[in-house]
Amino acid sequence: MIKAILIFNNHGKPRLSKFYEHYTEDTEQQIIRETFHLVSKRDENVCNFLEGGMLIGGSDYKLIYRHYATLYFVFCVDSSESELGILDLIQVFVETLDKCFENVCELDLIFHVDKVHNILAEMVMGGMVLETNMNEIITQVDAQNKMEKSETRQPETIS
Amino acid sequence: MPAPIRLRELIRTIRTARTQAEEREMIQKECAAIRSSFREEDNTYRCRNVAKLLYMHMLGYPAHFGQLECLKLIASQKFTDKRIGYLGAMLLLDERQDVHLLMTNCIKNDLNHSTQYVQGLALCTLGCMGSSEMCRDLAGEVEKLLKTSNSYLRKKAALCAVHVIRKVPELMEMFLPATKNLLSEKNHGVLHTSVVLLTEMCERSPDMLAHFRKLVPQLVRILKNLIMSGYSPEHDVSGISDPFLQVRILRLLRILGKSDDDSSEAMNDILAQVATNTETSKNVGNAILYETVLTIMDIKSESGLRVLAINILGRFLLNNDKNIRYVALTSLLKTVQTDHNAVQRHRSTIVDCLKDLDVSIKRRAMELSFALVNGNNIRGMMKELLYFLDSCDPEFKADCASGVFLAAEKYGTDSLTSLHVTAVLSCVLAGSYVRDDSVPNLIQLITNSVEMHAYTVQRLYKALLDDISQQPLVQVASWCIGEYGDLLVSGQCEEEEPIQDEVLDVLEGLLVSNLSTPVTRGYALTAIMKLSTRFSSVNRIKKVVSIYGSSIDVELQQRAVEYNALFKKYDHMRANPNPNIAVITIHASNSTEAEMTDFVFQAAVPKTFQLQLLSPSSNVVPALNQGTVTQVIRVLNPQKQQLRMRIKLTYTHKGSPVQDLAEVNNFPPQSWQ
Repeated sequence: MIKAILIFNNHGKPRLSKFYEHYTEDTEQQIIRETFHLVSKRDENVCNFLEGGMLIGGSDYKLIYRHYATLYFVFCVDSSESELGILDLIQVFVETLDKCFENVCELDLIFHVDKVHNILAEMVMGGMVLETNMNEIITQVDAQNKMEKSETRQPETIS
Repeated sequence: MPAPIRLRELIRTIRTARTQAEEREMIQKECAAIRSSFREEDNTYRCRNVAKLLYMHMLGYPAHFGQLECLKLIASQKFTDKRIGYLGAMLLLDERQDVHLLMTNCIKNDLNHSTQYVQGLALCTLGCMGSSEMCRDLAGEVEKLLKTSNSYLRKKAALCAVHVIRKVPELMEMFLPATKNLLSEKNHGVLHTSVVLLTEMCERSPDMLAHFRKLVPQLVRILKNLIMSGYSPEHDVSGISDPFLQVRILRLLRILGKSDDDSSEAMNDILAQVATNTETSKNVGNAILYETVLTIMDIKSESGLRVLAINILGRFLLNNDKNIRYVALTSLLKTVQTDHNAVQRHRSTIVDCLKDLDVSIKRRAMELSFALVNGNNIRGMMKELLYFLDSCDPEFKADCASGVFLAAEKYGTDSLTSLHVTAVLSCVLAGSYVRDDSVPNLIQLITNSVEMHAYTVQRLYKALLDDISQQPLVQVASWCIGEYGDLLVSGQCEEEEPIQDEVLDVLEGLLVSNLSTPVTRGYALTAIMKLSTRFSSVNRIKKVVSIYGSSIDVELQQRAVEYNALFKKYDHMRANPNPNIAVITIHASNSTEAEMTDFVFQAAVPKTFQLQLLSPSSNVVPALNQGTVTQVIRVLNPQKQQLRMRIKLTYTHKGSPVQDLAEVNNFPPQSWQ
């Protein structure tokens, strides 16, 4: 099971935080800080798997992360997930974001965090992998965005 | 009132903040504006206000006052509202708040909505955070959707069902009929989540597991199609057809094949096929291979297949990609017990990984190395592991020291004594990284390696001069000084040796230091006492001992008083102690959480011996190693036979009486010769 998906930048500023188990707001922030602390210490040429965070799940808990330019994508998982499989999943996620935002960069994530949530919701549900086919995900997301657009002939847009 | 600003505006504004305080101020201002807007109950802007609230929540600011607003959004007719409302519910709400139950009705309606995307939102939310009550109420709807032909909804319903089962395990039965034709789906998304659902059911219930074993042939077929199907643009990832689905199926096969011969046999071929045919130049191929290896190792596969699997892992160990090396080490660790010999073949590669720069890999390699140590390779392995202990990061030292010590104990032989003791000393000198309970074991070890006594006591004494804060080190050192102090000052050591008074200074220093625990003080006092038979400054020792006769620490006081008595009553023995009498002091300590009361120690010896038990220091052994009971036994052994003893401990622990019998045969030779 995926316990949490976090995206933050090189300074630890959160760009997306999704938790699939309940924690209090304080704990959530603590987890983000601790994860950033652990991940930012890592060299560029070490493996992408980390154990050691204590806040989520204790010992049955790994961090699987990828570093792209200014952003860290971190999936916090338990032992039921395949480490290499999750690495691939992160890749699919990033490629999907890239397609949806056309050469995605940190600013896109900053200003459209709700859209990122929507994309993620088509990939992971309840901590489990829902869909891994990039085209399928994009099709669903586009259709829903179209629905939103068609509703909004009024002064209501979210962002 | 002016229209509330858009999310984009808010983000832009916050980014201009130069300090945390400035940011906080902006947030508070906006929160106030949002609150007033909420009070106006304006539907038009609720959406954008909640979006802003979620953004602020992500940054770490409280947003709970928006919870009810999320519910209002969910109840709205507009998709845009529902989308943000459900997202807000997932981020801000959880089952601990009563508010969340109000969602149940909305979700129920939305599960039956005419638009699939609204149904999707409802399934998603229910599957993420539905409480047990909600799951109970809505399980029927989920089950219905599990049977729909709409693949978009079907895949979401499958995962939602997993959540329902996790929350309310009794409901698992009701999803059974719907699983009947899940695997005949063409849509990979549905297949994928169906396999997840089946996996969850099999893991939770042995009956389900038995029931679903009949699916093995179908799963094998699906996997085969994926491998053999050639290029399929729809599912292709780096040249492999839907690797995620392959991995999922392999995992389910693992669960179905475990402990079942027939199922294992049915999957042997496909596993061999995947293992040999998968393209390994990209990570996705390796992910499949890795999963295959894990499955092969877990089911009842034939030995040829197992060797194939371990060799694949061996190849992984040589891969340039660190991630691959990491998972290889992890898997080898899992299989080292069952396939020990096969893993031994890769020992040298594993030991090389100790020198890797990557912390995660080092840790894995260390754990695996310890698992591979045996009587044949102890010498070489110990060398590598000691080198590692010396040079590794502090975070490893505790576990490494522990491992080295255990290995030395298990496999060290007489001919390896010096290696053994060096290993042990390294552990002790690694300081507080050695666990407290290994102190007696260490002492036993040192006792047994007679020719190393001089070297050992000298090294430990030197270590004490540098640092007296690490209690296990200090305790072992004190004991050794007490026991072999004569060797320390006698000129047997190569380096400059201390004089008697210096040694006594060090020991007395331990007694008064704030860093010493009561247990350590006990060791120090006893050591000083023992030196009274080895050193000539008996008067000084007598003085120290008598001072502690009025110590506040009861343990120390007890010991001091007894030692004083020895000075007074048995001084005549000092001159020519009866060589036939062995004086044994037992120390009983209790590491459990409750104290042991009415503690009685009894001993019996063979007929040729005579036993005298002096009275114990107390009948209560305090909990958590907070003190010991000491008792002196004198054994007369005129025939100089090997000392053997049967001992019986009786005490009361947590209200119940306990009795423990044991035989002690390993008294060191010098105690009775």
